Amino acid sequence: MQEEIKIEFKDTNFWYNSKQILVGINLKIYSNKITALIGPSGCGKSTLLRCINRMNDLIPISKIDGKLLYNNENIYEKDTDVIELRKEIGMVFQKPNPFPMSIFDNVAYGLRIQNMKDKNKIKQIVKESLEKADLWDEVKDRLNLSAFRLSGGQQQRLCIARSLAINPEVVLLDEPCSALDPLATAKIESLLRKLKNERTIIIVTHNMHQAKRISDYTCYLLNGKVIEYSGTAEMFDNPKNKLTKDYINGEFG
Amino acid sequence: MPNYRNIKEKLIELLLSTASITALLILIGIFVFLFITGIRTFTEISPTEFFLGNEWNPTAYGEPKWGILSLVIGTIIVTFGSLVIAIPLGIASAVYLSEIAKPKIRETIKPVIEMIAGIPSVVLGLIGILFLSPLIAKIFGLSSGLNAFTSSIIVGVMVLPTIISISEDVLTSLPNEFRESSLALGATKWQMIRMTLLPAALSGIVAAIMLGLGRAVGETMGVLMVAGNSRAMPISFFDPIRPMTANIAIEIKEVVKGSLHYEALFAIGLVLFVMTFVVNFISDIIIEKQVRKYKW
Amino acid sequence: MVNEYVRQNIYFLLFRIATFLSVVFLLFILLYILKEGIGVIDIKFLTSMWSHRDITQGGIFPAIIGTIFLAIGVSIISIPIGICTAIYLNEYAKENLLTRTIKLAIRNLAGVPSIVYGIFGLAFFVLFLKLGGSLIAASLTLGCMTLPWIITASEEALKSVPLSFREGSYALGATKWQTVRKNVLPHSFSGMLTGSILGISRAIGETAPIIMIGATFFMGYLPSSPFDKFMALPYHLFILATQHSSPYAREYALGTSLVLIALIFMLNSGFFILRYKLRKKKEW
Repeated sequence: MQEEIKIEFKDTNFWYNSKQILVGINLKIYSNKITALIGPSGCGKSTLLRCINRMNDLIPISKIDGKLLYNNENIYEKDTDVIELRKEIGMVFQKPNPFPMSIFDNVAYGLRIQNMKDKNKIKQIVKESLEKADLWDEVKDRLNLSAFRLSGGQQQRLCIARSLAINPEVVLLDEPCSALDPLATAKIESLLRKLKNERTIIIVTHNMHQAKRISDYTCYLLNGKVIEYSGTAEMFDNPKNKLTKDYINGEFG
Repeated sequence: MPNYRNIKEKLIELLLSTASITALLILIGIFVFLFITGIRTFTEISPTEFFLGNEWNPTAYGEPKWGILSLVIGTIIVTFGSLVIAIPLGIASAVYLSEIAKPKIRETIKPVIEMIAGIPSVVLGLIGILFLSPLIAKIFGLSSGLNAFTSSIIVGVMVLPTIISISEDVLTSLPNEFRESSLALGATKWQMIRMTLLPAALSGIVAAIMLGLGRAVGETMGVLMVAGNSRAMPISFFDPIRPMTANIAIEIKEVVKGSLHYEALFAIGLVLFVMTFVVNFISDIIIEKQVRKYKW
Repeated sequence: MVNEYVRQNIYFLLFRIATFLSVVFLLFILLYILKEGIGVIDIKFLTSMWSHRDITQGGIFPAIIGTIFLAIGVSIISIPIGICTAIYLNEYAKENLLTRTIKLAIRNLAGVPSIVYGIFGLAFFVLFLKLGGSLIAASLTLGCMTLPWIITASEEALKSVPLSFREGSYALGATKWQTVRKNVLPHSFSGMLTGSILGISRAIGETAPIIMIGATFFMGYLPSSPFDKFMALPYHLFILATQHSSPYAREYALGTSLVLIALIFMLNSGFFILRYKLRKKKEW
């Protein structure tokens, strides 16, 4: 089966305040698949995720070298337009972080900062995005309600809708379910399975069951290094590396 | 489009950063203007006479005197006196508010203390003249109550809110584990405060006192109106005095611009500036230490 | 153990007394001024021009107007610069030598005595820039003095906006300014404004600096341009209290300070109400 490569790490190293977080990462992420990043906390999986949309730029004392190709172009070139990059690579955070405005305005935020003025078009896209995020039916009568009045699971789906509104090619999710109950988690997982038809999804999770349930590929990180990377079924059924085996057995034991 | 966007972003950043340099320019401007005017004093008066002479009388016919020692001592006396009043009251109030008072009482008293900070010093000076000084004169049998003692009380009241609010912030910011672990060992609340909280908050409280000290040194109206304005070298707490700030305020309107007297007043201003700068600098370093320790 | 409790009770009693002493003192000041000063306050006192020969024939209207003009002048000068500085330092500035120096300068400016601002204003605005003793020179001088307070208060307001709002916005491809304008300022602007009002209300009570930069005790007309001299409440009451010979000077000084305090408290209570409402509105 021929897979299209969407993102590729080539010998990527990352330092935070002279402490090396990522060590010689080489990793290919495939189009229209869900890739899960697993590993113990502090292994660098969130940092790796944040390299992809350059959110790490916000940390002044960080340094990166090596290459990170997105659609075969290095995104750490001097003339990379970070703003355009982030429009194509959406992100959902660990803790739901709706903005303190109405549900509608939250989803419309990304459109408005791109100077979209056409009100009907905005309405249309907001509706579609909420539908894609399985939230439309729950909120369609109260779009002017403050986003903070929604439950945690709803807030997280709102954040997913918000990032879908600007039609990104890639969606990064940083432990999106860690603050949610099992029911809300199940909803988000089924939503992600639906989304991968059109988009590339990368999810950081500390929950190996979740990785096994939803992902096509799984990458196990330890101390900033890729220990093992393969198809999810293969990794969980027959891990090649002893470290991976120990980690998986520890959890599933 | 992206190009236009980048230019706009850069322009806004430039505008904001330009604004932020204003504060730096003001500080430099203050120093430079005080320095270039004040330093000319020493072309005619020796630094020894200026700093160690104990008589200030620039307008004396024939033989003007340029010694600021009595003015400096005036400043020191009022600062010392006001802190003697404000430190115990301030720390006690801070401890009461952060550790002892019920939330409801705390929420009522805190705005009141902020209000004291909001009373203009000239109004406190007025209270000093009309109410406090006659009272002090009567109690101690003095001919006039306008003296260092009365002025210390007024300045002490002005400094009090600074010491209370900063000390209280420091105490409140201490982690709760300190309190819990101390009480769990069977300490009484007072033992917990004395043996755990106060030592942990020490540098922050010292910084609060330093900031209060800076305010007391620079206070003008509370001394100008209440301290009695005598240029003579004070001997006791009940002598009238004239601190540096009051001296500038009294004489600056009368002097000929550009005269030696005018320059000498700027030199006094420079001394004040340097004194408060040093005090603030030290308290800054101490606060930094407290912040690093407890993320206050 | 009983001893420990006795000791605790004694100390706590002392602390309580210390705190209530400050409160009582404040209440006493307010009541004293109210009781002694209310007598002279009537329509004439508030709305008439100052009468120099017989002070009972006039009022402090020009001083009230002067103080209000001063408040407006200081606001125009220090609020925009202060808020821009706070935005730059909190949202844009990288941690480097210049930033650290600016922050140090701001903290030190806040500690410079007001009289030093006064002689700086005299040397720079009045004489060097040849603005003379005028409303504009006084506004500029008090504006410099107020600037560090406004910057500090505005930075507090900006810091209270959670980082996650900014991250969420950047992740959607917003630029820095878009993030600041749409997702930081709307949630901090009223906080910055209330902090600024508090700073302005402190500035208009200041007396020492304006002694030497244009405040006069008697003016037969209202200032008509920024380059006019002006009367101001704090200076007016200072002269009445210390240098005036009229037998009514004492009552008039108290009446004037009552008006000044009322003006400041009006500004402050606006601040407290706003802050209370904002806290209730906050959802994060």
